[in-house]
Amino acid sequence: MIGVQDAEATIRAILRDHGRLKQDVGAMDAGADLYRSGMTSHASVNVMLALEGAFDVEFPDHMLKRNVFSSIASIQRALDELTAA
Amino acid sequence: MIGLDPGATVSTPCPPMRLGFDLVQVSQVAASMERFGALYETRLFTPLELEYAGCDEAVRAERLAARFAAKEAVIKALRLGNEGIGWREIEVLKLADGDCDVLLHGRTAELARRMGVERVLLSLSHDGDYAGAFVSVQLKHDEPAACGAAAS
Repeated sequence: MIGVQDAEATIRAILRDHGRLKQDVGAMDAGADLYRSGMTSHASVNVMLALEGAFDVEFPDHMLKRNVFSSIASIQRALDELTAA
Repeated sequence: MIGLDPGATVSTPCPPMRLGFDLVQVSQVAASMERFGALYETRLFTPLELEYAGCDEAVRAERLAARFAAKEAVIKALRLGNEGIGWREIEVLKLADGDCDVLLHGRTAELARRMGVERVLLSLSHDGDYAGAFVSVQLKHDEPAACGAAAS
């Protein structure tokens, strides 16, 4: 099981690899808007698929919302919800 | 050039419209296909979309990029970004005459119906590494409204 801090580190690593962000994701605040930092809607698909692989979860359609993928913190909340289910 | 006299009022009924546009890099779609394989394709596209795109391997990524752009353009036009809908609920169909049409399914179709959507029009375009989609949504209206603004 991935711990909370490990989870955030994993999310940041995935965003670094797939998010196409214009900023250093390691220096970003957990609440910073990823779309404003350059993540496109297509890049968010790659982020979602990479998160599913890393956390062994599947985002159901009702969670495919722009605001779910808008920040590190919101992604972490969604993963918490999925892994608690 | 065609324009409106600033003082003119046009009496032609003008249905409420919404617009959506999206632009996708074909090389990014190709990279995602390579990285995530069938998972990427089946998560985003319907069997009919994949069948059409797969008819010509040389333009497969280009066709899927245009279809992804179309789905995002529909989401923008209908303002569904935070509704939680699957991409496969928005389907691009290639018509016999070469045009494309959009079909809405499931919850997306239901939300569109509640919004009063009457028609969804789609135009796709490609140029090099980019594929774009423009969507125009026509909504029902109860009373005819005049297009253009009268000078006050």
